[in-house]
Amino acid sequence: MGVLDSREPQGPLADKWTKHKNEIDLVNPANKRNIDIIVVGTGLAGGSAAATLAELGYNVKTFCYQDSPRRAHSIAAQGGVNAAKNYQGDGDSVYRLFYDTIKGGDYRSRESNVYRLAEVSTNIIDQCVAQGVPFAREYGGLLDNRSFGGVLVSRTFYAKGQTGQQLLLGAYAAMNRQIQRGKIKSYTRHEMLDLVLVDGKARGIIARDLVSGEIERHSAHAVVLATGGYGNLFFLSTYCMGANVMAAWKAHKKGAFFANPCFTQIHPTCIPVSGDHQSKLTLMSESLRNDGRIWVPKRLEDAQAIREGKLKPTQLGEEERDYYLERRYPAFGNLVPRDVASRAAKERCDAGFGVNKTGEAVYLDFSAAIMRYGKEKALTSGMKDVDDDTIRDLGEKIVEEKYGNLFQMYEKIVDQNPYKTPMMIYPAVHYTMGGLWVDYNLQTTIPGCYAAGEANFSDHGANRLGASALMQGLADGYFVLPYTIGDYLSDDIRTGAIPIDSLEFDAAEKNVKDRLEKLMSGTGIHSVDYYHKKLGKIMWNKCGMSRNAKELKEAIKEIAELRKDFWENVKIPGSPNGKNQELEKAGRVADFLELGELFAKDALERNESCGGHFREEYQTPEGEALRDDENFKFVSAWEYMGEPSDAKLHKEDLVYENIKVKTRSYK
Amino acid sequence: MKLYLKIWRQKNTSTKGQMVDYTLDGVESDMSFLEMLDILNEELISKGEEPVEFDHDCREGICGTCSLQINGRPHGPDSMITVCQLHMRSFNDGDEIVIEPWRAKAFPVVKDLIVDRTAFDRIQQAGGYISVNTSGRPVDANAIPIEKDMADKSFNAATCIGCGACVAACKNASAMLFTSAKVSQFALLPQGRVEAAERVENMVRQMDLEGFGNCTNTGACEVECPKGISLENIARMNREYLSASIKG
Ligand SMILES: Cc1cc2nc3c(=O)[nH]c(=O)nc-3n(C[C@H](O)[C@H](O)[C@H](O)COP(=O)(O)OP(=O)(O)OC[C@H]3O[C@@H](n4cnc5c(N)ncnc54)[C@H](O)[C@@H]3O)c2cc1C
Ligand code: SF4
Ligand code: FES
Repeated sequence: MGVLDSREPQGPLADKWTKHKNEIDLVNPANKRNIDIIVVGTGLAGGSAAATLAELGYNVKTFCYQDSPRRAHSIAAQGGVNAAKNYQGDGDSVYRLFYDTIKGGDYRSRESNVYRLAEVSTNIIDQCVAQGVPFAREYGGLLDNRSFGGVLVSRTFYAKGQTGQQLLLGAYAAMNRQIQRGKIKSYTRHEMLDLVLVDGKARGIIARDLVSGEIERHSAHAVVLATGGYGNLFFLSTYCMGANVMAAWKAHKKGAFFANPCFTQIHPTCIPVSGDHQSKLTLMSESLRNDGRIWVPKRLEDAQAIREGKLKPTQLGEEERDYYLERRYPAFGNLVPRDVASRAAKERCDAGFGVNKTGEAVYLDFSAAIMRYGKEKALTSGMKDVDDDTIRDLGEKIVEEKYGNLFQMYEKIVDQNPYKTPMMIYPAVHYTMGGLWVDYNLQTTIPGCYAAGEANFSDHGANRLGASALMQGLADGYFVLPYTIGDYLSDDIRTGAIPIDSLEFDAAEKNVKDRLEKLMSGTGIHSVDYYHKKLGKIMWNKCGMSRNAKELKEAIKEIAELRKDFWENVKIPGSPNGKNQELEKAGRVADFLELGELFAKDALERNESCGGHFREEYQTPEGEALRDDENFKFVSAWEYMGEPSDAKLHKEDLVYENIKVKTRSYK
Repeated sequence: MKLYLKIWRQKNTSTKGQMVDYTLDGVESDMSFLEMLDILNEELISKGEEPVEFDHDCREGICGTCSLQINGRPHGPDSMITVCQLHMRSFNDGDEIVIEPWRAKAFPVVKDLIVDRTAFDRIQQAGGYISVNTSGRPVDANAIPIEKDMADKSFNAATCIGCGACVAACKNASAMLFTSAKVSQFALLPQGRVEAAERVENMVRQMDLEGFGNCTNTGACEVECPKGISLENIARMNREYLSASIKG
């Protein structure tokens, strides 16, 4: 190892994927029956990959820690999924989607991967509609679209605010069909605790049955990790409670390089933190920014009066409000990309203009949209001389059509009616662009170990544009991995079933058992959450929305100390021989305590600002991110060498042959 | 707030369970119900006791994992929400709150408040899909226009999160609302019509095999469903089933 071979095909960009598919080795359908594949994770990436691999004829085993594959975290995605269909005729194309994605990612993603993503994006929609995914439709019966942050065309397909749910149910249904046919065996409430290598190749996993507590061995010819992102490292995030890095981290420890760990997306429109007891943050989909306008009071004293409850936002007139995104970025306004919108919100709140008790919130206001839609409705329904209240009612109905479930979600949490008073929002950790390093075939640096969806580092660069994670998960699962994996498996048609009674499996199982025992033997008094919250605080304060060398160095030290304390003092009640949620959490937090340190190390190494990584030392006089293409146009890929502090940096230089690297501006 | 909790504790499927009393102080009104349980668990752990296990994941009302029977009602007192969306402002200082797992023969208790809902997965495996090849090249999506009204109805049925509250609410532990939502989603779309008859027969057969009770049109399921899945779906499923059996 040591050299990173991205295996990008040669030739013109637009032909690469077709050429690659034509040239890679295939497995004869009759031989696929003799090949087993393990897919860990049943979200959009894993679910779609498992269904397609089974459809192609491989024997597939799937794993997830939830009680049903349908509950994977992809279910929570709200806004939509991109595809370059140009159904709206607004000038969209594969090239434009490719270009927006590369630019949105601050030129830190691999050109050929992103082009392929844009290319297969159109198939995703066709596939999902054929499966019965109920996307939003226009009155003429055709598919509807909306736009998302960072782009100027409407290419986002959606199903109200529940796009992830509908897409996941589609992939889950496709899985169910294969389960019924006997081609997929689904293991639910099972957690992968280690990866097993035989002769340097990924040949299986060790999993724990979370109900019986039993440690199991599962072998296969290849292992696909589609285990999602690691944003729960921050404790407070928009992720589901169980999201973790365990599988990816175990693979990393066995030789898979971990790429760009510090590239984390902070999403601008989340419900703000309300108190210390809070366990998670809730996203308000970015699609709301199509109709909502973001503002804070212009005057400090108004902001203060609002915080003290003496003034209501609705009492401030237009001229007393600072629509700071529209002011700073006239071309994109409220639709600037997430990193830009998040930093701008932080900047206003840091300057004292925050609008909730803690001073960490800005307004997302729908009143203008409500009135606009209301007027339109009144006109088109032939109503004359209507008063403002009626217009407002009509407008609220339209807004409810579009975002009803999000408004309901908000009201349940905050206890305020967002139709009547502007929503309060603040940035929160939402997505991790980093992950396992993969080549063009989605293979990690361990032969036979693949990574798909949010678990790989692939296509988003330093910042992810909205509606592109679902696209990437499904592209990987339905259209990329099932073909590229054949290239590797074609050597395995005569291998036969992989035995589980080998020395390698013995050793991996022993490792896992030792670790569980060690976790259970902690003699202290602190719960797992105690450590998780502490880690989260360090991460948010020192590796969060903005970073500097001094604090990153402190974070590295503090995390290492916290890790030591954890292993000496964590207290896990109960036994490992049965269901034990504290033990499950402990295993996940133990990994976060290692990843966190590598995260900070990666952020410290990258002396530039780009995308989700904002280093205070590197900014323009106007406070915009200052990228350094000369020295940092690379993927950082870390090799495990023992302690996270010893990790070795490898660089994959990013070459842009088809795009001119420019300063990213949304002005 | 100070609360008096009565919580069902059960070690595993094969042991007997019982109600246990807990007193919890310092609960704030803007906590979610699950955050309240987190605090209880922190207290239990610090005393060296085993925390109360309950199922949850997204904590925003969409994954369908959380499943608590609170004061006799699935997902608690408020309507149209899941437990993770329930906030303590719905309770008062000094309240007694009874917390139990879903009760149904087809949902055996795994531990404490966690039940096994894999029967729902098996119902869907029996036919809750459209048999389209995932590795093929399907027709262009807009070549299948769908009337907005139908698309919306199908979407509404598809919003079922598979939580099982309908079963827990039903005195017969019937899974009709859930199964009918799944049947409806596909029955309303042109793509799903082709194998509609087979689908409804297989899914209903599996539902019966799993040991769910019969529907006696009480409607408790609709009242407790956090996603507002309507009884219309049951009527539609019955029609689908009838016409399938006549054809069959
Ligand atoms: C609130 C929210 C809204 C979003 N909205 C959008 C949007 O509108 N558009 C968009 O494009 N993206 C959106 N995203 C991002 C997108 O949803 C995710 O990036 C994407 O769904 C990830 O899919 P995945 O398949 O990679 O992983 P996941 O769906 O997270 O699946 C992970 C799977 O791995 C399993 N797993 C994990 N660890 C283990 C282990 N050790 N052993 C066994 N199984 C394991 C889990 O059980 C699960 O099945 C949103 C994200 C959030 C949180
Ligand atoms: S029908 Fe409603 S109550 Fe029943 S599983 Fe679906 S969402 Fe839950
Ligand atoms: S935890 Fe997901 S619905 Fe409640």
